[in-house]
Amino acid sequence: MSEKTFIHILDSTLRDGSHALSHQLTAEQVGRVAKGLDEAGVEMIEVSHGDGLGGSTITYGFSKQSELDLLGAASSEIKRGKLAVLLLPGIGTKKDLEIAADRGAKVAQIATHVTEADISEQHIGVAKKLGMEVIGMLMLSHMGSAEKIAEQGKLMESYGADVVQVTDSAGALIPQTVRERVRALRHAIKVGVAFHGHNNLSLAVANSVAAIEEGARWIDACTCGLGAGSGNTPTEVLVAVLDKMGYATGIDLWKIMDVAEEVVRPLMHKPVRIGKASLTMGYAGVYSSFLLHADKAAQQFDVDARDILVEIGKRKAVGGQEDMIVEIAMRLAEEKKKRAIA
Amino acid sequence: MEQVPVAILGSGNIGTDLLCKLKRSNVLKPTVMAGIIADSDGLAQARSEGATTTAEGIDGLLKHASLFEIVFEATTARAHLQHAPLLKREKKVVVDLTPAAVGPYVVPLVNLKQYLGEPNLNLVSCGGQATVPLVHALRMVSPVAYAEIVATIASKSAGPGTRQNIDEFTHTTARGLEKIGGAEKAKAIIVLNPAEPPVLMRNTIYGIMDECDAAKIERSVGAMVKQIAEYVPGFRLVAKPLIEDLPNGKGQKKVTLFVEVEGGGDYLPKYAGNLDIMTASAVKVGEEIARHLRAGTWKKTTEEVLT
Repeated sequence: MSEKTFIHILDSTLRDGSHALSHQLTAEQVGRVAKGLDEAGVEMIEVSHGDGLGGSTITYGFSKQSELDLLGAASSEIKRGKLAVLLLPGIGTKKDLEIAADRGAKVAQIATHVTEADISEQHIGVAKKLGMEVIGMLMLSHMGSAEKIAEQGKLMESYGADVVQVTDSAGALIPQTVRERVRALRHAIKVGVAFHGHNNLSLAVANSVAAIEEGARWIDACTCGLGAGSGNTPTEVLVAVLDKMGYATGIDLWKIMDVAEEVVRPLMHKPVRIGKASLTMGYAGVYSSFLLHADKAAQQFDVDARDILVEIGKRKAVGGQEDMIVEIAMRLAEEKKKRAIA
Repeated sequence: MEQVPVAILGSGNIGTDLLCKLKRSNVLKPTVMAGIIADSDGLAQARSEGATTTAEGIDGLLKHASLFEIVFEATTARAHLQHAPLLKREKKVVVDLTPAAVGPYVVPLVNLKQYLGEPNLNLVSCGGQATVPLVHALRMVSPVAYAEIVATIASKSAGPGTRQNIDEFTHTTARGLEKIGGAEKAKAIIVLNPAEPPVLMRNTIYGIMDECDAAKIERSVGAMVKQIAEYVPGFRLVAKPLIEDLPNGKGQKKVTLFVEVEGGGDYLPKYAGNLDIMTASAVKVGEEIARHLRAGTWKKTTEEVLT
């Protein structure tokens, strides 16, 4: 019997899921989720603010509890798997990586916009020096062509990344466009290829499968799909699908389903679903973590969240530009007032 | 006042933009430009302006030491670390646009007066020049417990130096917000946006302030923006200051300021407001130094010498 192909799963419930919980996770909750994921056999368990280490700010929302506490809580529960963290150069710094490594992080995802890989050289270098495995993420991958992704992936490989990821931050890719990007990256680099999906077009699992069929061997997922926008690839669903397709993940299907149902679902503020705003994000190609910020600003200034998202799309905002949302909402409110007077 | 002769070290984009701005100054006169590429556009422009030029870098510049009193350093941090002691020995005052930070950080409208007589002044960072004065404007109204800024710049305007040292930007800018702006604690974020056509530099500034009058904040911010716009004409608020009461029972206010910086389009393109604010601030600092030099007041006060 031939050995099954192994797919490395990184569960980002405690990182991408942090967006959906407005960064209100407590150390106790993080410990419980990490324990469940670890016992289910998840290889990499990511814990960070949704916008990465150092993301606890006015711009992206303050974390309820410090990152150090959350990492410590996860670290003490993880026995088999590896603790992973996210860092976006420009938001987090090398020092944050050092602190995370000190708290037991073994994997670092270093993320840049799809065209800006060269700002990650310092941080990839530091993470490697700290003995971490590095996954370089090319965010908002739909905004870069297959050729651009190949070029930028090569840069990350040259800085020392062990894996380079096609990151569909806006949930805007479809299987065809995932295939083109993963294929180009596979041809361009010798290191592994990863994929990170969002479910804004209800394609997160299908896109992950397409990526695997093109040779991606690292997949990000979130239990219950808990993540920004319409959520991410649900870990438990992906494990079931990959099992049926004959891939190994090392994850026990019943156990991950139990973690989803009994540990993660009770933490959710509301069901992760494809709503009109998050569907708009996938359709228009807007960074998924803008969703709750746009919802909040829409409420505060009494405008439609979709109008905010469309304007963000027009201004070609990239990840990290959450600060634009309030200004756009203020402007839309003013225009609305003027129309009412006229 | 007789113009004070100055030199530009570095004939790249920044140095050449600086040359364009210096030509308009009534206080400074660019007399020498030093580069390392003989056929660079910058050196050609300087020559056509009647300035002395050299392609032998710092060595070439020092051969003409009698021709200038102030030097604008527009090379790289690494190069400036080597240049700084040589220029000091020649008793030249240096305005450093690189991140080398040999001398203290200065922001023209805020803290230049503290450093009269310093041989070397550093311009912090573009984000610092664009946001520190506004945090200072808030601080003049009421204590700022926390300041945070997000600077978004066009990818095209970020050179390899910035890209390889992105942590230095966030770190230096945050320290500038604390030490010069007066915030008790600060955080800086930088985002590169590759959109075409390139985006203008944008800065969002947040301040968590102790209890105070909203009208005073608006007045203080408005006055500061007006003063900055005098030397950076493309500097403007894109929305009214957003002033909210924080529901934390401490009576604190959260202030949000949205700023856009359009470049002057002298040599650098207009979208590069982040670079324009550096060259414009450099000229402003240079002019202040020149006035003090001519007035005989460019020296440390007795008190400072003693301490």
